[in-house]
Amino acid sequence: MTSSLNLWVIPLLPLAGAAINGFMGRRSSRRAVTTVALVFCGAAFAMALYVAARFSSVSLPYQEVLTTWIRAGNFSVDFAFYLDQLSLVMLLVVTGVGFLIHIYSVGYMWDDPGYYRFFSYLNLFMFFMLTLVLANSYLMMFIGWEGVGLASYLLIGFWFIRDSAAAAGKKAFIVNRIGDFGFLIALFLLIKHFGSLTFSNVFPQIAQLGPETGSAGLLTAIGILLMVGAAGKSAQIPLYVWLPDAMEGPTPVSALIHAATMVTAGVYMVARSHVIFERAPSALTVVAIIGVLTALFAATIGVAQTDIKKVLAYSTVSQLGYMFLACGVAAFSAGIFHLMTHAFFKGLLFLAAGSVIHALGGEQDMRRMGGLRTKIPWTFWTMTAATFAIAGIPPLAGFFSKDEILWRAYQASWAYWLIGLFTAFLTSFYMFRLWFLTFFGKYRGDLDAAHGNEPPAVAAHSQDAHASAGHSHGHSGIHESPRVMLIPLALLAVLSIVGGWVGVPGSLGGSNRFDKFLGPVFHATAPRVNPEHSATGEAAPPEQQTEGPEPQTNRSTELIFTGISVVAALLGLGLAYLLYYKRPDLPERIAASLGTFYNAVVQKYYVDELYAVLFVKPLVNGSTRILWRGIDQGVIDNAVNESADGARHVSDNARHMQSGNVRSYAGWIALGSAVVIAYMLWMGAR
Amino acid sequence: MVPLPYYLVLSGILFACGVTGFLIKRNIITIFMSIELMLNGVNLSFVAFAAHWHALSGQVFVFFVMVVAAAEAAVGLAIIIAVYRTRETLNVDQVNLLKL
Repeated sequence: MTSSLNLWVIPLLPLAGAAINGFMGRRSSRRAVTTVALVFCGAAFAMALYVAARFSSVSLPYQEVLTTWIRAGNFSVDFAFYLDQLSLVMLLVVTGVGFLIHIYSVGYMWDDPGYYRFFSYLNLFMFFMLTLVLANSYLMMFIGWEGVGLASYLLIGFWFIRDSAAAAGKKAFIVNRIGDFGFLIALFLLIKHFGSLTFSNVFPQIAQLGPETGSAGLLTAIGILLMVGAAGKSAQIPLYVWLPDAMEGPTPVSALIHAATMVTAGVYMVARSHVIFERAPSALTVVAIIGVLTALFAATIGVAQTDIKKVLAYSTVSQLGYMFLACGVAAFSAGIFHLMTHAFFKGLLFLAAGSVIHALGGEQDMRRMGGLRTKIPWTFWTMTAATFAIAGIPPLAGFFSKDEILWRAYQASWAYWLIGLFTAFLTSFYMFRLWFLTFFGKYRGDLDAAHGNEPPAVAAHSQDAHASAGHSHGHSGIHESPRVMLIPLALLAVLSIVGGWVGVPGSLGGSNRFDKFLGPVFHATAPRVNPEHSATGEAAPPEQQTEGPEPQTNRSTELIFTGISVVAALLGLGLAYLLYYKRPDLPERIAASLGTFYNAVVQKYYVDELYAVLFVKPLVNGSTRILWRGIDQGVIDNAVNESADGARHVSDNARHMQSGNVRSYAGWIALGSAVVIAYMLWMGAR
Repeated sequence: MVPLPYYLVLSGILFACGVTGFLIKRNIITIFMSIELMLNGVNLSFVAFAAHWHALSGQVFVFFVMVVAAAEAAVGLAIIIAVYRTRETLNVDQVNLLKL
């Protein structure tokens, strides 16, 4: 380690920006706030690029210890940073996409009275996210992990005057705490059994263990608990409920935190812990099943949403499910690949959606959009790039990453592949539905009757979509967004198109450089697979993917599967085209014929209601009746009040002795001495 | 020779009379005299014990008590006269300016 990369500067730059804006932003001009926020965030991005340029000149994994943080007996944790190929990818994604979204926010938030506060929070988020990504131990990671949760809470509730935003912030925070509980227990288990939380200390120890063959063991427990944490942060079943509500925040926040970076922290954490997961097949199975079910589940909900941001939110949940599916079949680099391309195109989708909302003066309901193609052409074309990318149309970014995941899922189990494929079809369908509804057909914003023929449940639901129009742009008339918002859109669109080309699989004449690049992280420590294990397929740890290019026989199969997934994407496109462009009367009839099932989907399968009945109500009631009325008021308050009352009663009586009447004092003295004398006489008589 | 208990009982009665007078009377001069009565009750037991044990220290104590009582009487009567001049009463219950 001859040369220092000064990694510690990268997280500290946004922190400095956050501090300056937070403490002084109120009194500075918008221009000054903008400068501070962009300069510090941009500097972090520049540093990341510098690190990337110097990357080959340092020995990996590169570590940088600043100082000791905690020392207790043999256990110690340092303030230290860690860089390997995985961190580098995350670092570039976070700073790059983050910087673009910072630029975009300048235009989007310009009219907001909380401008400086917004950028302070946004920089704070960057600080914690970079800490998370660059952490060299689980505890450092946990700081970032909790910090991004805090930033997420602050930014979801950014328009805290609105009750729904404040509630959504609380919901995100509380649901995340449930996940963090699992994460913490996993950390305790690691400390107990491996005596350390530092990656470079724990992983070699674990790498010496063989894969756990039984259904449960220490590594399985740690893996599942880590997955609980990841499910909270990355919005997987059963903890995904907070993410759709998080759309109450400003749209750049949805793009940065709830699409591109923070929610992928769980995927990053699972990928970072690949050494543990590779040795815990049952935990891997859990990850894969949660991932694939979430992908399917969220995609079906996304199909019926009418709020443009809610569709994207469920889409995010669904795509995160894909990433976990990839991790669950031990294709970690595929998961990270999808994470990266997803950051590009989903960030772009949210920003473009923000641009649409901005253009319509706060309207988020897709039923009141339409025909915007010619009115906001820049937004339209960038959104088109992102839509095709997420739908998996070649040769855009999403195609390569999703195809990679589906192929690797197929190698583990055909069931994963089938559900994944169906989800890909749904993804394509709901994205093109959004695309057609927003940009094609006639503009429906001036038609209030659009609500008349909707099922009643939908109409009721759309109330909160309208309420979300927090920042009103006073002017009417549809207008393209300012250039400061369009430039990030354009750059992200380019990335969404070319971003996948770093990972062109061998079957398509590429060499999957991305996989090779991440190879040293994931493959060096993979456990040796015993043959009978890989034969069982489903829960098997990585198969032969560690060794070189895949056999020729697989190549044609892979090509066929690629073809199938492209067909699925095109089918989704075709169906959306049919239903929302050619025959816009059909969806309602289909919805009507589906009846209750459709309503269940529109109501998000009543999961929120179910959680309310199962967890929230009992907790609230229990807290109210037992903890509040019973223990707090009954026991604690009562004890205090009763002792005070008792003291008052006693002193009330004792007070009468202090009458101020000298003769009564003398009487007391006489009585007292009489008692003393009587006592002495009695004692003397004995 | 009168036995010791008689003296002690008389001394106790005198002291009790003094205490009772001190507690129930309102006239400040009567209270004052009750105090003298208590002192002399004690004096009686002192001399009785001195005679009984043939020890002089009891009688010496009595002299001290009488001296202190005389001084006290001088100061106390002066206070009583001052009180009477300002308040024009000898009733202790009406000397209550310091009470709340």
